[in-house]
Amino acid sequence: MKLVTAVIKPFKVDDVKEALKAAGVTGMTLTEVKGFGRQGGHTETYRGTEYQVDFLPKVKVEAIVDDDAVSGVVDAIAGAANTDKIGDGKVWVTSVDSLVRIRTGETGSAAI
Amino acid sequence: MTMEAGGIAWVLASSALVLFMTPGLALFYGGMDRSRNVLNMFMMNFWCLLIVPIVWVIAGFSLAYSGSGSIIGNLDWTLLSGLGIDAADAGGDGGKLILAAIFLGMFAVITPALISGAVADRMKFSAWAVFVPLWILLVYCPVSFWIYGGVWGDGLTGWLGVRGSLDFAGGTVIHVNAGIAALAAVLVLGKRKGWPKEGHPPHSMPLVMLGTGILWFGWFGFNAGSAFDANGVAIQAFMNTFLAAAAAGIAWGVVERIRDGHFTNLGVASGIVAGLVAITPGAGYVSGMSPIWIGLIAGVICSFAVQLKFKGKFDDSLDVVGVHFVGGLIGSILIGLFADPAFFGAEFGAGLLNGGGATLLIEQIVANAVTIVYSFIITGLILLAIKAVIGIRVSEEDEETGLDLTQHAESAYNLGDATMVR
Repeated sequence: MKLVTAVIKPFKVDDVKEALKAAGVTGMTLTEVKGFGRQGGHTETYRGTEYQVDFLPKVKVEAIVDDDAVSGVVDAIAGAANTDKIGDGKVWVTSVDSLVRIRTGETGSAAI
Repeated sequence: MTMEAGGIAWVLASSALVLFMTPGLALFYGGMDRSRNVLNMFMMNFWCLLIVPIVWVIAGFSLAYSGSGSIIGNLDWTLLSGLGIDAADAGGDGGKLILAAIFLGMFAVITPALISGAVADRMKFSAWAVFVPLWILLVYCPVSFWIYGGVWGDGLTGWLGVRGSLDFAGGTVIHVNAGIAALAAVLVLGKRKGWPKEGHPPHSMPLVMLGTGILWFGWFGFNAGSAFDANGVAIQAFMNTFLAAAAAGIAWGVVERIRDGHFTNLGVASGIVAGLVAITPGAGYVSGMSPIWIGLIAGVICSFAVQLKFKGKFDDSLDVVGVHFVGGLIGSILIGLFADPAFFGAEFGAGLLNGGGATLLIEQIVANAVTIVYSFIITGLILLAIKAVIGIRVSEEDEETGLDLTQHAESAYNLGDATMVR
């Protein structure tokens, strides 16, 4: 089992959600986050004084998937979140040691 | 002299309009302030709404307007003595003097409130509470008398007014006066922790825009009400207030579009207020397209004047100097160019551009220069005295925590839960 985590532009949330559903992902978790990468932040100007805002709003998407589904899911996110512009975000994969579905007590892949 | 019903109705309505400007100012300033200090900003403004009316009827109105001296009023009208609605009171005015005390009291409320924007984020509330009544009695009342003293008695006797300077609704007495007092205040207070490097962008631009709208709305009472009757001058002052604000809002917005790249809400709001400030002294003395010129000039100059604090290293938090002092001064001086006696009677004198020569222009400069020197020095002395006796600044820790919590034990935006303890 792998945890696929992506940080994406907020306006791409619906596209990514649909792409994940199409790729067979049955559940996901969204978190509103702030951050910056190469894009940096943005500036705001008030009465001629410029302020630097470093942290931009982003959305973090997390989904746990089976090992054999990982590459399809990563491709789905990378495809759906891509705008070809700086600031599109990243996708990364980490291993998951164990998983339990709380209601039934199922474990491992059966709990995904 | 008793007033007609229409005139009384308009001045009463105008008084309420002017009162509404102070909460409007609180929104305008509060939105620009940081979220941890917004309630302190509101309370500085509301304190003026609470204490000034009381000080005003005890002694302020009398000191600012009564008698026939040239420097300061007498004590004839203290505690409103002799001012009644009975036609037999005060020479049979049928309440006209009480109406004047009401209307002018609203102006006294908002004038020290203007200063609050400069001292934001660091002044002890107790120091502000003491400062406001002292400033009304020691600065606002004398300066008002110099320009307007005697007009509610037998005729103008205030020495600057007699010399010939004009101030229709308070460009010199209110905006230049409060603006230069704001400069004295920030010099005594010192700059905020981290200024100018640490950024302080507005915490809520919608509040700023709402406050701007309320100020504009109330300003029709401020300027058109200053005709103190329902007449042609009131109509002209209303139109001038309408046009100057619009022109100045466009001017500031366009400057920012060209200079900084965008047409901003804060630029437009600031321009509208600068235009309202600038048309105040001349609202009843100019006509035609003059208010548009006054607005455009004020909008452009003030949009650059707000940068002076960075060059001069004075931390005028919300640009009271750049908007009110500079805007008021521009408007007051421009009367010397644009005053139009064809509309308002020869006793007002003509501006340079209307064939009146430089006499009026010089008197405008004299009146403002005197006001600037007096207000700056006395305001500074009042604040130095308060600093010596009770202290003027919050502690560094309180400044960091925020004045809402440390001065008032309240939070503007309660997002979490709390448990009732008693």
